[in-house]
Amino acid sequence: MITKNDTSSSQPVLTRNDFKLDQPVKWCAGCGDYAILSAVQNALPEIGMKKEDIVFVSGIGCSSRFPYYINTYGFHGLHGRAAAVATGIKIANPMLSVWIVTGDGDSMAIGGNHFIHILRRNIDVNILIFNNKIYGLTKGQYSPTSPKGLITKTSPDGTIEPPFIPGELAMGAQGTFFARALDTEPKQMTDIFIKAAQHDGTSVVEILQNCVIFNNKIHQEITGKDVKDDRVIYLEHGKPMIFGVEHDKGLVLRDFGLQVVRIGENGIAEKDLLVHDAFTPDIALHYLLTRMTYPEFPVATGVIRSFPCEPYDQALERQVIRSMEESRIKTLEGLINTGNVWQL
Amino acid sequence: MGIKKRKIIELEDAVVKFAGDSGDGMQMSGAQFSDTSAFVGNDISTFPDYPSEIRAPQGTIAGVSGFQVRIGSKGIKTPGDRADVLVAMNPAALKTNLKWVKLGATIIIDSDSFDVKNYQKAGFNSDPLEDGTLDGFNVVRAPITYLNFTAVKELGLDSKTAEKTKNQFAVGILYWLFDRNLEYGEKFLDDRFKTKPVLAEANKKVLRAGYHYAETIETLESRFQIIHRGERKGKFRNITGNTAVAWGFIAASERSGRPLFLGSYPITPASEILQELAKRKQLGVKVFQAEDEIAGINSAIGASFAGNLGVTTTSGPGLALKSEALGLAVITEIPLVLVDVQRGGPSTGLPTKTEQGDLMQALYGRSGESPAVVIAASSPSDCFDYAYMACKIAIEHMTPVVLLTDGYLANGSELWNIPKIADLPPIVPPIVPDNTPDFKPYRRDPQKLNRFWAIPGQEGLRHRIGSLEKEDVTGYVSHDPLNHEKMVRLREEKVQRVANYVPELKVWGEPTGDLLAVGWGGTYGAMISAVEELQQQGKSISLAQFNYLKPLPRNTEAVLKGFRKIIICELNMGQFAMYLSALYPQFKYLRYNKIQGLPFMIEELKRKFNQVLEGKE
Ligand SMILES: Cc1ncc(C[n+]2csc(CCOP(=O)(O)OP(=O)(O)O)c2C)c(N)n1
Ligand code: SF4
Ligand SMILES: [Mg+2]
Repeated sequence: MITKNDTSSSQPVLTRNDFKLDQPVKWCAGCGDYAILSAVQNALPEIGMKKEDIVFVSGIGCSSRFPYYINTYGFHGLHGRAAAVATGIKIANPMLSVWIVTGDGDSMAIGGNHFIHILRRNIDVNILIFNNKIYGLTKGQYSPTSPKGLITKTSPDGTIEPPFIPGELAMGAQGTFFARALDTEPKQMTDIFIKAAQHDGTSVVEILQNCVIFNNKIHQEITGKDVKDDRVIYLEHGKPMIFGVEHDKGLVLRDFGLQVVRIGENGIAEKDLLVHDAFTPDIALHYLLTRMTYPEFPVATGVIRSFPCEPYDQALERQVIRSMEESRIKTLEGLINTGNVWQL
Repeated sequence: MGIKKRKIIELEDAVVKFAGDSGDGMQMSGAQFSDTSAFVGNDISTFPDYPSEIRAPQGTIAGVSGFQVRIGSKGIKTPGDRADVLVAMNPAALKTNLKWVKLGATIIIDSDSFDVKNYQKAGFNSDPLEDGTLDGFNVVRAPITYLNFTAVKELGLDSKTAEKTKNQFAVGILYWLFDRNLEYGEKFLDDRFKTKPVLAEANKKVLRAGYHYAETIETLESRFQIIHRGERKGKFRNITGNTAVAWGFIAASERSGRPLFLGSYPITPASEILQELAKRKQLGVKVFQAEDEIAGINSAIGASFAGNLGVTTTSGPGLALKSEALGLAVITEIPLVLVDVQRGGPSTGLPTKTEQGDLMQALYGRSGESPAVVIAASSPSDCFDYAYMACKIAIEHMTPVVLLTDGYLANGSELWNIPKIADLPPIVPPIVPDNTPDFKPYRRDPQKLNRFWAIPGQEGLRHRIGSLEKEDVTGYVSHDPLNHEKMVRLREEKVQRVANYVPELKVWGEPTGDLLAVGWGGTYGAMISAVEELQQQGKSISLAQFNYLKPLPRNTEAVLKGFRKIIICELNMGQFAMYLSALYPQFKYLRYNKIQGLPFMIEELKRKFNQVLEGKE
């Protein structure tokens, strides 16, 4: 088994500065992408990889400019196709730590096919979806995650399409890791990115990101400082599912569904609440947690699912090594001189 | 024994066509007969001709599957225009193939399959065995279905399985007809049915039954003998174009030291390359069957970025899907080989038929000024050489290369003189050493103009490349107008300079004369055969067959200049002619085009060339 998080002591200690570039970053002032970049630069020194063994791959979009702003190997590809490029990189060299940065349009619209298949195969890469629920780079058309009714340049009367919930799609595609983060919570982001890197298999992190120019405050309703504690729950493995300003609300499972309860009401105590198990293979509860939407529920953040399972790239490597060991044919010369060969 | 001695007819070469229902085992029979012929020292060229439906209704024209093989003493370059011997397992097979049979040919027929229902299903109004349709042919009507059942009866097979062996009866007749040793045929069956000894036994029984049947019946007045010249020396094997491409890639990977990665999506007639490479994990090959063609090429680009030899394989519709990513490989200047096994188009078109309709798509089918190297293979076995060269160019010049083959080369086969891998030209990847001071991703080699390969994992070379326009040398994103023009011209010039590293255009025949026949890629076999036959008649005609299409060979203009007339022959509406007219407008080009999903026939080319030579174009 190939272990990518090999923190051998001989490696120099890295800091965020090792991942900074002297090139100008060109996102709009106030764009949520800046905070994400910073959180990634904080996370990378913690994942136990040499800086030359890290690759960032992206598609097209504001978010996809990311590789140009971080001092690793980087590949800025085509709209929607980052998953395929990253797959090739990871298969070619499974020792690399491969990251995909993508937008809601890049991953859910034009790249939807690649998105579900990379998850199904469980290629060991980390996917960061910057979900601003809009097409930023092309200046404000609705995206597959735009809430129904959103008025944009291409939906002057409000969209009539129900949106995708990226986590739902990830789990439908047999995703083994899904987390949600807020661009307003740098520490949590960093922590989640580190966990994503540690996971064996495709890790998807959806970041609710604000586009100040074309979809400002789209997440404000839940991420606003004054309301966030009541409208967001941060899930941690092994901890009870508690949220609320007063730390008094929690989640229980009832009638095949989740329910919000208040500690102290109707005889509910903290011990009655669900305890988060991110590592269970059973997808049912992870799925329910992913689907929770305000106002009925708090929106789940943190690592919702992290079920380790052999990645494709490792399985392929194993098959290749085994057949190289077992076969009597070691070179092409051997192959072409085997079978029906005639000496004339 | 009462077996009468038959006349032996000596032949330079003979064309045998097997035709039957797609479930009748015609492909296997063809392979068996051609392998045996190669084994006894004949030169061979084969071409399967199968329908796009897997099992069209039995007995219908749509369900006819064919396999043509030409065997000869030497220099066989095509599977032949018309058959000397046709095996027709049912009326539909006879109906579709009669027009491709030489007058006086031997036609072996399963007479049991010729009832009213069947011949009507095949579109005959009356029984072709009785109504004079076959006058002038030497018809062998064998009750094959019945004799096959009799032969395997004692093995107690169910009738469906027993039905499957009847092709061997026809093969047995052919073994007798061409005086082939039955042992080779039996060995072939033992190999084919290695895990099913009962089937091997049944097939062998029928093969022998067919052979002895031929020996005894009166209709077969004579036997054929292919003149044996024994001129070929060396180690040979029979190889299809698709296998040759796959092996050419592996060879390039071994010689360059770059692991081979194939990202591909199945499509006829290219799938066999993917299938062959999927079997080659023992040689370290990694194959990724992607969710579509777009993912296939993008994964190959990713693999090349990570230091592998990234390749992708497809046919016309897949090339269309890959065009955006091919542009990505152009701008990122990444080594990449894309194989397009051309088939009849547009759209889904004729999936199992051959055509040369993708030339313009390969040359120009991308957004922006997007130069890629385009080369074409010209025979099943030289698919190996051109796949190898495609990789060599891609790696050494840091560029995508499109390799064009076609359905005819891909599925056709011929004898291949097995090379020594160590004798192939070396491939030197332009890899940047670790920690090179002041490394810049778009700094170029002054001669070739390629940039250099810095691979993730290498120390001190972190850099970022991508689909946006690059600043010269630094590779930073740049929208500067003058920089853009400079980069567009540099990328074009880099591709043009490939011409300095590939062979000049060869002329078969005199370098000057009345007529230059021009072809490209897979039409070589028919073109050279037609041209040589006319040359033997003393006509002033030469051939130039192009393998390097972009850039064109350095001496192209000089070659064209040497002839009074030039005729460009293509299996399309004249795409290469249009290309040459644009690049060398000073010449007048005659055209000969065929767009029927079929290869050129030698006789139609000769007819056309004669017309032109006589001034009757
Ligand atoms: C093949 C192709 N189609 C369309 C575009 C135009 N385009 C570029 S980015 C984009 C949408 C980006 O939205 P998203 O992925 O959400 O990224 P964001 O800019 O919001 O970060 C579109 C439609 C393109 N570059 N390529
Ligand atoms: S348009 Fe929106 S997403 Fe794009 S950089 Fe500006 S603020 Fe960020
Ligand atoms: Mg977006």
